[in-house]
This record gives sequence, structure tokens and C-alpha cells, in this order.
Amino acid sequence: MFPFVFEWHWDTAHLVFHGGLWYALSILGLGVGYCVAKALYDTFLNHDDHHDHGGHH
Amino acid sequence: MDSALIPEGVKRCPLPLFILGVLAVGAVLLWGVYAMLLCWIKGLNQTNMNDYYGFALWIWADLAVIALGGGAFFTGLLRYLVGKDELKNIINFAVVIGFICYSSALLILAIDIGQPLRGWFIFWHANVHSMLTEVAFCLSCYFAVLTIEFVPLVLEQRQLNKVTFFHHLGHNMHEIMAVFAATGAFLSFFHQGSLGGVAGVLYGRPFAFRESLLVWPSTFFLFTWSAAACGPCFTILVTKITEAITRKKLVGDPAIHTLAKISGWMILTYIMAKTIDTVYWALVTAPEGGFTLGQFYSHNAFYGYWILIAEVIVGGLIPALILISEKGRNNPRMLVLAAVLACVGISINRWVMVLQVMAVPVMPFDTWQLYIPSWQEVATTILPVAYGVLLIAFAHRYLPVFPQEKELNP
Repeated sequence: MFPFVFEWHWDTAHLVFHGGLWYALSILGLGVGYCVAKALYDTFLNHDDHHDHGGHH
Repeated sequence: MDSALIPEGVKRCPLPLFILGVLAVGAVLLWGVYAMLLCWIKGLNQTNMNDYYGFALWIWADLAVIALGGGAFFTGLLRYLVGKDELKNIINFAVVIGFICYSSALLILAIDIGQPLRGWFIFWHANVHSMLTEVAFCLSCYFAVLTIEFVPLVLEQRQLNKVTFFHHLGHNMHEIMAVFAATGAFLSFFHQGSLGGVAGVLYGRPFAFRESLLVWPSTFFLFTWSAAACGPCFTILVTKITEAITRKKLVGDPAIHTLAKISGWMILTYIMAKTIDTVYWALVTAPEGGFTLGQFYSHNAFYGYWILIAEVIVGGLIPALILISEKGRNNPRMLVLAAVLACVGISINRWVMVLQVMAVPVMPFDTWQLYIPSWQEVATTILPVAYGVLLIAFAHRYLPVFPQEKELNP
């Protein structure tokens, strides 16, 4: 739910619940967006060497 | 035939044998899918839920699987935020197990709501006074975190890793994994806690109702604590089962023992807190509601005192004592025994908090209610197990899940 829809109320409960949701989604979205953008940059512009990084470090 | 897909330097069973195993487990999976479709197409009348039991068997399974999957967030927390470097050898598998557990939990919820196409209602028409809304928000976000943690592992698959973009993407995701792990720990704290909070705020159900610490009932903290404590035991247990089936050592002892030791101390402190909570509830909270402890246990053999002893002593204290002792966790049989007992203990805890809560009579004219799940409920509860076995089988065969496998099996 977004603040511009009719069901929204500017109260603590809505701000805490939805604020927490948007906060978490923002971090995840920005994090993944950064990884994809940097991977595109490395692939097409940086032409970095293809290293093998092994496991989940 | 599929050797080009298998990680370099490791051996796997012949493809026909693998396919045979997949088909056997796949049959169980299809049985569960059939039952799931019955629940969706014909409705929840396929279950034995009634006015007493609004939570079916699969809600117990849901809570249990979420608790057991807690090993992913706690191992991630220890690895990326606390800096326990030896856990790098088991973190991949912890993520795979967590991914299975949380995707299973979401699948169970999709069955439970009856009309999965309306699942998005909880986000758009959110009841912001409900702890279950917090659970739904955090659970789905944390599943997104687990997916993000799982993706690099898939991208490291031998053939996929040859694609330059995938290679860079996987590497970049590893680089900032601490950010995702921290977000996951935050989300897990709240959704595990809120699942316990749901039970604790049921003031009409005196078996579950608890006093609050700040705005949260004590069950909020006990659920988070118990998941962090017992989740790693499930990771260890599944690792040992996988090692037994594949007849290979997959994770080195330092990683297992570190996780076991931390888990042991976490279980011990959790059981102490749980005992204090139970004693306070039995001596203060329940009597204030007009109940004695005997009314919650002794009138029904199925929910007798044995269940409390099984949860706290057998499934809590004993595994804790085994795991905190160096001799205990260094003994392979004792280690597995402790892991099994801890997993059973936490499953009993979720069982009583979901089903015993509703079995206890709360009105003078009520009697103890027993619950026998329908075959559809049993099949849909077994469904995630079959799915988990398949995902682990495919992950083990084709993905570099165990970084130490080559050196441990020269």
C-alpha cells in the first residue's frame, strides 16, 4: 500500500509497518541494482579478466 | 552424460541412478501437488480444520520449517557480521537449506489462504495492527534475501560461470553479501519473533498468553531465540544426512564444531529463558486467568505433562549439554543425536504453540479437542520435504555448494 491510496492513514502503525517494508525492499533493490549495474559495466566497459572466485566467500 | 555440468574435480553417481532417485522422490512430490490442487480447486473443506482448529497440520509444519530454516540467517550473521571465518565452508549449504525452508513456508501459506491469487492482498490491504502482517512482510522480504544469497551459487555453476556477465554478477553479489546478510538478520528477528508474538497475544487462549516485555509478549523473544539456537542443528543434521547418502565428507570438522558449539550455548540459554517463562506463566499468568497448570496438561494423555518434559528436557537440555561439551560434539554419533533432539524439541514447541493451544478447553462447557489431519493435509505437509530433497539433490550434483569437497575427498 502506498500513501496516495484511499486506504492509507498517516498514523504510527502504517508508518512503522509499511516504512519497514519499504526500507527493506529499498536496501534489497538498491543492492541488487548496484550488482547488476556493476556487472554490466565490468562486462561491456571494463573488460575485466575472467577470474575464478571459487565458493561463497 | 551430464558431466559437463558437474563441478570440476568432484565425482557424482551415474546419471541413471540419479534419475531413478529423482523419479522416486518426484512421485511423492506429485502426490503432494495433487493434494494441494484439491485444496485450491475444491477448497479448504478438503482439510479437517473446524471451528476449534483454525490452524491445520501444515501451519505447525510452516512454523517448524521456519524455525529449522533459522540456521541460514544465524549462520549468515555469524559468518558475515561476527566474522566466524570457518563457517564459509558451510554457509552455502545453510543458504540452500534456508531457501528450501522459506520457499516451503511460503508454499504452505499459499495453500492455507485457499485462494493464492489473492496473496497480494496482505501487502496492499494490510492490517497494520496484526503481528501476522509483520510476519508476512518480513517472511517474503527474507525469502527475497535468501534468493539473493542463492543466486551467486547458481551463477557459479560450471557452464553458467563461463558467461562473463553472470561471472561478474555473482562476484559482485558476493562482495556486498554482508549488506544482504544484515538485512536478513533484521527481517528474521522480526518475523520469527512475530510468529511467537501471535501466540503470546492470544489473551482468550490462556495456554499461549504471556506477559509482555515492552510491547512484545515473551514468546516473541523465545521464538527468535529458539530458531537461532536450533536452526544450526538442522543445518548440521542435513549436512550429515547428505554426507551419509553421498558417502563423502562434504564439510570439514572445524565448521561443524564451531556451529555446534555456538548452537549448544544458544540452546542452553534459550532453555533457561524458556523455563523461567514457563514457571512465571504457571505461577502467575495462568492463575490470574483462573487456571491451574494441571488444566493445561493432565486431562488428556495426548497432551500430558510428557510433552513439556519432551520439549524442555529431552529436546532442549540434553542436546544443549551434549553440544557445549567438547567430548560430546567431537563424537559423531552424539553430535547427530544432539542435532536430532534439538530439531525434535523445537518442532514440539511449535506443535504445542499451534495445536495444543486450541485443544485446551477455555470454557466451562468445553472439552479437550483432538485433531486428526486429513490425508490432503498430510500430503501437503510432506510435499515440501520431497521438494527439499530434490533441490538438495540437484544443488549437490550441479552446484559448487561444498567448497571443501575436493580437498576432503582426494
